[in-house]
Amino acid sequence: MTRISVKVDGTTYEDDVEPRLLLVHYLRDRLGLTGTPVGCDTTNCGACTVDLDGESVKSCTVLAVQADGCAVTTIQGLATDGDWHPLQKAFHEQHALQCGFCTPGMIMAARDLLEENPHPTADEVRLGLEGNLCRCTGYQNIVNAVLAAAGNGSAHGTGSGQEKGQETSVKEAAV
Amino acid sequence: MIPAAFDYARPETVDEAVRTLADARGETKVLAGGQSLLPILRLRLAFPDLVVDIGRIPELRGVREDGDKLVIGAMTTHHAVIHDPLVRQYAGLLAEATAEVGDPAVRHRGTLGGSLAHADPASDLPAVVLALDGELVAAGPQGRRTIPARDFFTDYLQTALEPDELLVEVRLPKTAAADGWGFHYEKFHRVAQSWAIVGVAAMVRRDDGRITESRIGLTNMGTTPVRAEATEAALVGAAAEPDPVARAAEAAADGTHPSSDVSASPEYREHLARVLTRRAVLAAARME
Repeated sequence: MTRISVKVDGTTYEDDVEPRLLLVHYLRDRLGLTGTPVGCDTTNCGACTVDLDGESVKSCTVLAVQADGCAVTTIQGLATDGDWHPLQKAFHEQHALQCGFCTPGMIMAARDLLEENPHPTADEVRLGLEGNLCRCTGYQNIVNAVLAAAGNGSAHGTGSGQEKGQETSVKEAAV
Repeated sequence: MIPAAFDYARPETVDEAVRTLADARGETKVLAGGQSLLPILRLRLAFPDLVVDIGRIPELRGVREDGDKLVIGAMTTHHAVIHDPLVRQYAGLLAEATAEVGDPAVRHRGTLGGSLAHADPASDLPAVVLALDGELVAAGPQGRRTIPARDFFTDYLQTALEPDELLVEVRLPKTAAADGWGFHYEKFHRVAQSWAIVGVAAMVRRDDGRITESRIGLTNMGTTPVRAEATEAALVGAAAEPDPVARAAEAAADGTHPSSDVSASPEYREHLARVLTRRAVLAAARME
């Protein structure tokens, strides 16, 4: 067992963990923070994406011991005083989900993208989310939501954001 | 999926890491960014007795200049490499190719040294460092030694590193646009974030419309990254134009032994090597 101290969504936890324990299992099984799902378990789908010391990571591909001394933000740490994060609002308003399984990872990856590039184009959003898979094929509204949250499109899915997104989808269909 | 149990060490200096490796009994794995190792452990394709985490050794991170060399710490993340001004100035090929590795979350954790030490012939960076005539510095109980990239990759997932050696830095000769160098990494893969079926890392030096020197590394054209030596020789003195470049690129797969897998037959990989080499060299030759 290895002793770790991790700050998760603002609360510091101290725990003895097996070195082989994955961060996502620590969050879910030890801390009960089940807002972060396990998707593919193979570093592909990005459903388990969290923020580790300011950078998006796939929490199925980080050991809990590697997060010792670090700050983790999960989807459950985004709202402040009950007010949703702008990305959460945008995903809701743009209907950017169908089953919702990929949504926590999509939002955490999009949050990282917008911190690095506050006003991305639709293509840049798609590139920034390349590590996050949606099996419901709901990418169109996800891109719209990220653009809306960035202020590049209106919250109701009209305007430049959606138009840019549609252009991209046509291009990809043609390939 | 849960990895098999292992012991865990987290040294804080290179010396301590080397001592830990030298003292270890049984199978030991070095954990860098973990973006290849942790999937392997999760799938139980490896059962190390000890995992040595080198993620908290500050001296292994960062980029610096050393005369005509650019020196990149082995634990410098892909994300840091892509955004480093020195890398962009003196090893633009590495910055360009690193942006093709995995996805943003993987690039936040994955490291240059980890990718090279893992030595997967389908990963992008071994061929890039080979094309850049890089050198790899290993630290061991007897001190440090420098291994040219062309001697470093010995077989599929195998390197010249001894079990008690740690890859500590990568040294690249500076190649700048001001000296006539152009570069391009051409990657062919099925979908975003997937491995290269074939990749071509091209460095091309031009003078007055002619190619004076080229270095071409091939990804996934054998059990190790390889240089397209016949094409490199054919390009010397060639005009930086489509026809001469296409003729030289016909030799790109000469001497290679690509594998067969679900994505491609060896013959298709040889075809891709020729096509992608033509594209990569032309793009590099036309770079402003």
